[in-house]
Amino acid sequence: MITATHPVETKKNYLNAEEGLKSWLLTSDHKRIAILYLISVTFFFALGGMYAALIRLELATPAGDLVESNVYNKFFTMHGVIMVFFFLIPSIPAVLGNFFLPMMIGAKDLAFPKINLLSWYIYMVGGVFTLYVLLSGGVDTGWTFYTPFSTSYSNGYVIAAGLGIFINGFSAILTGLNFIVTVHRMRAPGMTWFRMPLFVWAHYATSMIQILGTPVIAVTLFLLVLERGLHIGFFDPAYGGDPVLYQHLFWFYSHPAVYIMILPSMGVVTEIITTFCSKKPFGYTFIAFSSVAIAVFGFLVWGHHLFVSSQSIYAGLVFSVLSYIVAIPSAIKVFNWTATMYKGSVRLETPMLYAIGFIGLFTVGGLTGLFLASLGMNVHLTDTYFVIAHFHYVMVGGAIMGFMGGIHYWWPKMFGRMYSQVWSKVAAIIIFTGFNLTFFPQFILGYMGMPRRYHAYPAEWQVLNVLSSAGASILGLGYLIAIIYLLYSLKFGAIAPPNPWGATTLEWMTDSPPIAENFEVTPVITQEVYTYSAEEVLHVV
Amino acid sequence: MQAKPFELFPDAASSIAGSVDGLYAYMVLVSAFFSLLIAVLIIYFAVKYRRKDDHVPLPVDEHSIGGMILEIVWSVIPLGLSLVMFAWGASIFFTESKPPADAMEVFVTGKQWMWKIQHNEGAREINELHIPINRDIKLTMTSEDVIHDFYVPAFRTKADVLPGKYTTEWFRPTKVGEYHIFCAEYCGTKHSGMIGTVYVMTEPDYNKWLAAGSGEGSMAEQGQALFNQLGCGNCHASAFNKNLGRCPNLNGLFGTTVDLKDGTKTRMDETYIRESVLYPQSKIVAGYDDIMPTFKGLVTEDGLLKLVEYVKSMGTKNGAQMSAPPLATETSATDAKTGTPAKAGAAKTSAAPAVNVNRPGNQ
Repeated sequence: MITATHPVETKKNYLNAEEGLKSWLLTSDHKRIAILYLISVTFFFALGGMYAALIRLELATPAGDLVESNVYNKFFTMHGVIMVFFFLIPSIPAVLGNFFLPMMIGAKDLAFPKINLLSWYIYMVGGVFTLYVLLSGGVDTGWTFYTPFSTSYSNGYVIAAGLGIFINGFSAILTGLNFIVTVHRMRAPGMTWFRMPLFVWAHYATSMIQILGTPVIAVTLFLLVLERGLHIGFFDPAYGGDPVLYQHLFWFYSHPAVYIMILPSMGVVTEIITTFCSKKPFGYTFIAFSSVAIAVFGFLVWGHHLFVSSQSIYAGLVFSVLSYIVAIPSAIKVFNWTATMYKGSVRLETPMLYAIGFIGLFTVGGLTGLFLASLGMNVHLTDTYFVIAHFHYVMVGGAIMGFMGGIHYWWPKMFGRMYSQVWSKVAAIIIFTGFNLTFFPQFILGYMGMPRRYHAYPAEWQVLNVLSSAGASILGLGYLIAIIYLLYSLKFGAIAPPNPWGATTLEWMTDSPPIAENFEVTPVITQEVYTYSAEEVLHVV
Repeated sequence: MQAKPFELFPDAASSIAGSVDGLYAYMVLVSAFFSLLIAVLIIYFAVKYRRKDDHVPLPVDEHSIGGMILEIVWSVIPLGLSLVMFAWGASIFFTESKPPADAMEVFVTGKQWMWKIQHNEGAREINELHIPINRDIKLTMTSEDVIHDFYVPAFRTKADVLPGKYTTEWFRPTKVGEYHIFCAEYCGTKHSGMIGTVYVMTEPDYNKWLAAGSGEGSMAEQGQALFNQLGCGNCHASAFNKNLGRCPNLNGLFGTTVDLKDGTKTRMDETYIRESVLYPQSKIVAGYDDIMPTFKGLVTEDGLLKLVEYVKSMGTKNGAQMSAPPLATETSATDAKTGTPAKAGAAKTSAAPAVNVNRPGNQ
């Protein structure tokens, strides 16, 4: 088996290398910045989750009786804005990617440590704008900011919200830039492209989308602010604009953004499955290139959000067929993960439970995407709860299950402590159950025609809505348990060994938690990654 | 829509609903098969290959031919099944997108937060739509403010309703009953209140309903009155036009392709007529000058639909001559605030077309 190859002579690590708040706020250590991000995204996740709870509480009864409709509209808008831009997009790349991408390729840090810190500050400034919107009365446009409602009719704080997302976008661009340069320039000796862990491949593909797509949303929101603030006509027909143009621009970014959220999660799941099966991932190159294929084809399918928007029916045809093609690389990944378990040596530890949950839920999320890619079916289903259920299966069932799996997988490395194995498995099962109870009924509601963003609904749909709300409370309980035992473990958890799971990637070849420089000596890689055998496989010189 | 305590599947009440449900059944089957396949394999592998001691087995060599064959198989089979979904969905979509030529026409104006509906025969209603069974119904729709979406789940169809242009939606109801109308595109505060009911009626019931409706005359007649009131006839009516040649003769023009001054061509359709009333300078027909004033602010979206219907009634390229003389009396111009259809009791009379006594047409 693999062992730490250097003597543990000191307790110094990145957490206690320096003391004091200033040492955190001015750090350039990618691991510390990852922790700053972890705290921030957890805060926004809790905030977005609170809005989700309020939404489900309102929808427990058919009448709009808990809050006024304009308040409800602000709930789902804030839920969407916070979860998409301030949790899902930064979650895995900025926390786990920041921490582990350099370590996995044997680097001491990212290529631009100070830009890395800057990206966190930009994220926080964007976040402050969003908190300002929230405290001063909110915004009611939906996270999609469709025109001309957002530019000419909404009474909410559209400009501040738009600027918050605009600013936040630069954080994502800088992180993506940093990752790409790091992967190109900072790989340790012997770390060829095809020896890189698949987590790194997934982040490389994600970074491509971030630096190519994010400027488009920035420009789009800027035009929106110009039209709302200065009445310069781009989108509102009253000023000579075209409202559908906005939808094209918005989805040109926001569809690829879905892959920004899911690709890193796929990377995490690949690492977890190989480790807990002690087996090389089936089809390494297929998984690696499917990430790149998703990143490329993901840019060509935005029009499937516009099938009923009055877009040309022939454009619809092209976007529909391309949407089916982009589904294939995802299918390849699911089959490869499953095949990796075949004749593996499977251990159902907590991260593996999350990874298995991810495969199941992502499969449902992906397959229901096929319904929406079909033109004739989309006409009936678009803008209904079927869409809500579909993208929550991908975003919560996929991206967040991956995030939770990754946190549980690397927690011992990040903090040097083990969490409760019993409680963590209980929480994983509660989360899986609660999630399905919350979102599966929404597929049925959607096919029956319940439109999204409805504050009140016909009484015959109450039973399914009550099931969904009940599921949401179970899901919330699961997350709460997870937060409690993880925090508890920071002080009271068992001391984690350097490589508690028997993994093969480089981050496990150093202390838990790692020293500030990651490795005492730069590792030299002489073998393929994921070489599981009884002999020593990695030679750290 | 009859009050049911609980339901799991929507009514199917249009000619297209059956094919959408058929495609849905295919997709559910394919999805269920693959979901179960993956779930069963994962559970089976997790149990069968669960690590029992610290023995780590040798990894399987997946660089063999077998691995490659597997990758191809599990790429090609899903692709094939997906392309069936694509083709099937596309064929339904094409049917949905092309209204039959002889469909009965109904006009829909969306505004925050109500649906205003006008029948060709003149009946008007709000948040309600009465239609006969087994007839093709074509909706021509526009919005006065933001984007809305006219959605009838029982018909399995919807389409966005946009400001600044006309969109269409059609269906053939096949089951008598009452069905939900929803606004499916988020449109602001009372979005979830922008709902209504479709009443699918037997032909005799529908005719009875229609007879009890408005005495305002048909859409085209109301459009003609408005046409005269706004002074459009001073230039566009054929009798004078022949002599003056100031503006295009609208007779028989609908549906034709006209040459524009800038050398391009455009189809004379609903959207072009609307645009020419509001923004006359944007597309000028070849051979004419930019002399028409805008009627923006002088005519509502409802009124525009009536004008469009009147122009359509002047005959198409291959169609009959205009059904009404171009210069009718102006007495019927005012919008009588009378009889909304009997069954549309809740409907309020919508705003009258913005009839302005000033005649901007005469400069």
